[in-house]
Amino acid sequence: MTVARNKTILYALILAFTFISPFLFPDFGTQLATLWLMIIVALTWDMTGGQMGYNSLGNIFFYGTGMYVAALIAIGMVYDVGDYTNAAGGGIYEFTDLQYFGGLALGVLGAGLFCSITAVVIGYLTFGLRGPYFAIGTLGVAIAAGELVSNWDWAGGGQGIALPVYPGDLDTGKIFFYFLFAAVGVGTFLFAKWLYGTRFGAAINAIRDDEEKADAMGIHTLRYKLYTWAMAAFFVGMAGGISAFQLIHFEPLESAYQTINLGIFMVVCVLLGGKGTLWGPVIGAILFHVFKEVTWNYLLGWQWVALGALIVVTVVYFQDGVMGWLLHKRPEWFGIKVEKKVAEQAE
Amino acid sequence: MTAIIEVQGVSKSFGGVVANHDVTMSVNSGMITGLIGPNGSGKTTLFNSIVGYHPIDAGSIRFEGEEISRLPVQQIARRGLLRTFQQTRIYGAMNGVENMLISLPHRKMNIWDALKTYTREDYERADHLLEFVGLYEKRLLKSGDLSFGQQKLLEFAMALMNEPTCLLLDEPTAGINPTLINGLIDRLKRANTEFGITLFVIEHNMRVIMNMAETIYCLAHGELLAQGTPEEIQNDQSVIDAYLGAH
Repeated sequence: MTVARNKTILYALILAFTFISPFLFPDFGTQLATLWLMIIVALTWDMTGGQMGYNSLGNIFFYGTGMYVAALIAIGMVYDVGDYTNAAGGGIYEFTDLQYFGGLALGVLGAGLFCSITAVVIGYLTFGLRGPYFAIGTLGVAIAAGELVSNWDWAGGGQGIALPVYPGDLDTGKIFFYFLFAAVGVGTFLFAKWLYGTRFGAAINAIRDDEEKADAMGIHTLRYKLYTWAMAAFFVGMAGGISAFQLIHFEPLESAYQTINLGIFMVVCVLLGGKGTLWGPVIGAILFHVFKEVTWNYLLGWQWVALGALIVVTVVYFQDGVMGWLLHKRPEWFGIKVEKKVAEQAE
Repeated sequence: MTAIIEVQGVSKSFGGVVANHDVTMSVNSGMITGLIGPNGSGKTTLFNSIVGYHPIDAGSIRFEGEEISRLPVQQIARRGLLRTFQQTRIYGAMNGVENMLISLPHRKMNIWDALKTYTREDYERADHLLEFVGLYEKRLLKSGDLSFGQQKLLEFAMALMNEPTCLLLDEPTAGINPTLINGLIDRLKRANTEFGITLFVIEHNMRVIMNMAETIYCLAHGELLAQGTPEEIQNDQSVIDAYLGAH
């Protein structure tokens, strides 16, 4: 009873902080927005990686594809995409407020839906792979997609796409994008929290722990794997779509299909925070983002070395992450008090 | 009496090793059928063939009148033909109740049912079946920490949770304390009579199988050696020879 009330208070405090933080720290608006992006990609990575046991290195594919789909929808609704992206054209393209926000809304939603569909298609081809082969296979998909798109002139080719700037005050724009990311982030968290409590959530845990047994028990393993990845891809695709508008200009290899940056960061966030837990990816994303920004500021020149060291230390010595470590040290915090659980269920 | 599983002339070789050769047998619906034979006589291979772990070289396997020898494992399992493993397979990181809940028959759910949380009935059913196999007290322990025998009982309970039509049990009493075996025989029989599940059991313990099964098949060197009631099998000279190695 009191545990439930404490939890509600905790969630309320976090939600309140979410609302006021961009006003408390106006200088960090974009940083906070990026933090939410990290939380979204970490949470969704954990849906397959931590909860289902399929470590994808290709989730960045959905981020990049989300960017492109959102941008192409927003532009395509108003102008001819080929003309718009033609670097030699030199035309001036104006967007009204309605065109901007309408394009953004439909673009971001469309990005999520499109990525869900591609997740099903790619999953159908790659979910036959296990362990490291799945990781490498999905990484290959992301790299190949980046190369293909950078050669696709209609979609801007290697130069990428420049989207219209936020109509209005730029500081307001920062807060606007912060809240977009925060809304998707909170949505992703609540969705994951709900999903892991369902029969479906238990079934994907079964796939993680022993897929052959799950097969033998008649669980629709392939179908559930596809659904899970499609759900993850929906949120990553939306986050990518928002990123496209926030960054204004993006290009295929460094910002959209950035396999070696965000594509790896999301995995490190989850490992750091604790794989296969609800809060682990969130905590990991916060720790990772703070660490990254601090080293970028105070250890400039050595920032990649520090980041590499963090990754190595996490992977070698701290595989269970913060949550795994806490679970080990303080099991009672996680309700692992056998008798009590008996009483609750028996009621 | 109708046959629920019909194995017709099944052969299976692994390279030069002939594991099953021209095996024909049938499992009658609602009954307990036994499968015995010396080590390496092809019993587990036949089970694996029936549930679809590997394709067979020749012959046909029918379940409820339909050919299943070309279907993958999941599709066969979804028809209600389930097996337990000789090397027990449970989800070791989860506790007994979680293991049970995961074993709810997903074949009877569409995606919207799967997206529901567990109901009180699910929990009650899980508790009831755990009690049925005598694991109620240990249901909240990490399953991987249970003894081998208890894990076998848990796997059996999980199989019952899945509401199968027919259950293939691979040595259900192996590794189980002799004093518990009587209880297990009783539970297997009750699973058959109370839940109406057809059982097809591989067993080395003659006392167990002679007590349970209505019909027994005996394999040796991958071929069907004998079939009949427990009395007939017990008195069959070729079976006695095969078990004593006098051949």
